[in-house]
Amino acid sequence: MQWEVVVGLEIHTQLLTQSKLFSGASTTFGGAPNSQACAVDIALPGVLPVLNRGVVELAVKFGLSIDARINSPSIFARKNYFYPDLPKGYQISQFELPIVEGGQINIQTGKNNEEDERIINITRAHLEEDAGKSLHEDFHGMTGIDLNRAGTPLLEIVSEPDMRSSAEAVAFAKKIHTLVRWLGISDGNMEEGSFRCDANVSVRRLGDDTLGTRREIKNLNSFRYLQQAIEYEAEFQKYILETGGKIKQATVLFDSEKRETHVMRTKEDSHDYRYFPDPDLLPLIISSDWIEEIRASMVEPPDLCFSRFIDSEIGSNGKETYALSKYDATMLTVDIDIATYFEKVVRIIGRKEAKLCANWVIGEVATRLNQDNKNITASPISPQQLAELILRICDGTVSGKTAKDIFNTMWDGESHTSADEIIKIKGLRQISNSDEITKLVDMVLIENPQQVADFCRGKERAFNSLVGQVMKKTKGKANPAQVNDILKERLKKKN
Amino acid sequence: MFNSSLNQLSTLLATKRVSSIELTRDFLRNIKSLNKEYNAFITVNEEMSLDQARIADAMIASGEGSPLTGIPIAHKDIFCTKGWLTTCGSKMLSNFISPYDAHVIELFNKAGTVNIGKTNMDEFAMGSSNETSFYGPVKNPWDILSVPGGSSGGSACAVAARMAPAATGTDTGGSIRQPASLCGVSGIKPTYGLVSRYGMIAFASSLDQGGPIAKSAADLALMLNVMVGFDARDSTSLQHENEDYTRELKGPIEGLRIGLPKEYFAEGLSDDVSRAVDAAVAEYSKLGAKIIEVSLPNTKLSIPVYYVLAPAEASSNLSRFDGVRYGHRSEEYNNLDDMYLKSRTQGFGAEVKRRILIGTYVLSHGYYDAYYIKAQKLRRLIAQDFTGVFKQCDVIMGPTSPSVAFSLGERSNDPLQMYLSDAYTAAASLAGLPGMSIPVGFGKKNRPVGLHIIGNYFAEAKILSIAHQFQQVTDWHTKMPDIKKF
Repeated sequence: MQWEVVVGLEIHTQLLTQSKLFSGASTTFGGAPNSQACAVDIALPGVLPVLNRGVVELAVKFGLSIDARINSPSIFARKNYFYPDLPKGYQISQFELPIVEGGQINIQTGKNNEEDERIINITRAHLEEDAGKSLHEDFHGMTGIDLNRAGTPLLEIVSEPDMRSSAEAVAFAKKIHTLVRWLGISDGNMEEGSFRCDANVSVRRLGDDTLGTRREIKNLNSFRYLQQAIEYEAEFQKYILETGGKIKQATVLFDSEKRETHVMRTKEDSHDYRYFPDPDLLPLIISSDWIEEIRASMVEPPDLCFSRFIDSEIGSNGKETYALSKYDATMLTVDIDIATYFEKVVRIIGRKEAKLCANWVIGEVATRLNQDNKNITASPISPQQLAELILRICDGTVSGKTAKDIFNTMWDGESHTSADEIIKIKGLRQISNSDEITKLVDMVLIENPQQVADFCRGKERAFNSLVGQVMKKTKGKANPAQVNDILKERLKKKN
Repeated sequence: MFNSSLNQLSTLLATKRVSSIELTRDFLRNIKSLNKEYNAFITVNEEMSLDQARIADAMIASGEGSPLTGIPIAHKDIFCTKGWLTTCGSKMLSNFISPYDAHVIELFNKAGTVNIGKTNMDEFAMGSSNETSFYGPVKNPWDILSVPGGSSGGSACAVAARMAPAATGTDTGGSIRQPASLCGVSGIKPTYGLVSRYGMIAFASSLDQGGPIAKSAADLALMLNVMVGFDARDSTSLQHENEDYTRELKGPIEGLRIGLPKEYFAEGLSDDVSRAVDAAVAEYSKLGAKIIEVSLPNTKLSIPVYYVLAPAEASSNLSRFDGVRYGHRSEEYNNLDDMYLKSRTQGFGAEVKRRILIGTYVLSHGYYDAYYIKAQKLRRLIAQDFTGVFKQCDVIMGPTSPSVAFSLGERSNDPLQMYLSDAYTAAASLAGLPGMSIPVGFGKKNRPVGLHIIGNYFAEAKILSIAHQFQQVTDWHTKMPDIKKF
């Protein structure tokens, strides 16, 4: 039997603000327990929440970037349940009327980016506060409560059940991950819990219109776990259905060691959260002026940046286009810092050499960053320095190969030195004087009669060997294209 | 001195005929001799009060005093007060010493008043008789067999028995006005949002509003001058320009249109109360006011609506009292759920539990629309009633309470009967309107009767003036219960 997997995601992303959603306490990660919990976070009697304006702006940025509707008013509601790390006994969230509604995300799922583009619809994105942490170790049988995280702002992004495989779900999650970091609204740090996914998974017979009963996998904090959990869950559900069973709606947890899911609670014992509008907070009104102000402060969203990188015509907005391949554009737009770095380089060199610049950023720069486990913002070679180096390739001063050596020299500690200085000090200037090269070529032809004879007998490989000899004589400084041309010409004469 | 107005005390202090220390000692002495009987205070701390008095005297000496500097004020134990036990009348908070000051307390501290003690109240402000307090009932100084009203019963009693010149209270459905009425003193609940709720332990957030209880309208005006103020820490606090609430006190009654809602004089109103209120209205008529009969057709709905919405909010507001971080925690428990269960079962009294149950029920899946949403819609209708009526008249008058103070124990086992104590006050709370009560006579067993005056939004200065004019030509507000001679 043919089955179809249906997945919808709920992504909790921590918003990058100095202070909490409803209090002035710091959101910095890793403080001593309860050192970043103020009276409001501890929920002392009588304290009240006050909405952090900055949080609203970040949520609006997200909404605008996916073409969603920004609701005004939106309403904060209380989600009531008891837990020791939930100090108020309720979480302030949004239920009816979330701040962001609708919108969509494009994902590419195939290996080849030209194919398999899909649109995933976003149901909503709403603001809510995070809970604290229960610490079960080291307290002699008691539980410790750390409220540093309590009240941290989260944006919960909820998708429609539009994904049809674990791969699509991962592609979607990655796309959102890139987007929130790109927009600067979240650091997306999955290890610190700034980006966590819940996956709603169901299966149905291929061709069925109605959705199967879903189970929700909670708290997946890596893309790998997301993939594994969905795959396990889908197989499990298929097995149950194929053996005549029925899926019971449930919330499950993924055991990453055993790669299995386990039921946490079923629908019968699910909470009644008794949502109702929080009377301590007024409906959130966002004026169109404010929205426009936020829009004006936004960076170009990644999808637009991507299109601009592949377009060859300059757009109506007058922004630069670079006619890059989709592959190059994809690589350059995985992170806004990479895109920015690239554009800084290409702006100095000119869009004609955009492909060369892209190669350098995706190639040498990315490789070294990977090796050193560094972010591009921490690159020892600035875009300016890289541009100067690439310029020396363009104007024939050095060969691409020499340029790579210079690049590595600069990277390994000789930062703040320019390519020009290194070329000068190490005498790496390329020999482009054709008389000089002709002399060298003639010398090599005299010294290697065997190879010349081989070439004349049709052995193409002998040609490369001769080129190598010339390069050796110049310590690699001869312009390779020129060497090729001159050598061909001389050999033709011999023939 | 104990009968002096705030103005008179202010003058005595400013002219150094009495010091704040002396004044504070005098009132502390009164509390000492009377509180055993009346139980109006939960906490008295002579040392801390006298410390504040010393600061006040220094302020006055250096010319930094303001009108209320040095005057002892009693604070309802619902206001978090730094370094003071703040119990909210509950066992749940019987060990809670607040690490911070409510906005209202900050304002009084800034004004240089002396905190003379924390007053008794119905547990978490839930009650109309002060009998739900963990610290025992407050007695009505006019008749110690009767209740003082609630939930600000301790504050009303303290003012009536001259244990404090004035006090703070809070009003959710009538908790300032009803005890003021039953104790024969004056009290005002301002427009919702004028007094910050920061540090005022929440009962029903959309209704709770702080206000003063004092001996006269003029004193209330001075108290409001201190209490009202925008506070960024309360999102429902209104950015209303600061007013001097004494400015209109001398305003004329001539030409004033007083609306008497016929629903406030219908079945359920005791004859003795009706007579006193009628006489007060006649007095206004004599002063040149025009009396108009008006109608607030949805009045009957106010108690049912109130007892859906207030418990709904309360059930959630009181969730934080879980025994985890502060407050009462059961000595013994087997696991987390057991800890919650035992701590809350032991920490809350019967009325609080009843309201948590009601509130939890009306918010539950499947009942939410039928109760909570419907009540919200009706709340809007109730508010619209007032909007309509305020086109016909300037203020609304009626009885504050359907009856004079009832006897202790009389209604404590009949919640419905108890809830009807707020029949005339709950509507103004639901609409967010300012309302006040002033003494206008006595009913059966010589128990006081209060006149309820409801104004339009932000009409505090006006209703204070209307009350003040009445108090200029009558002496009900100067009557004192027969308490032990000092």
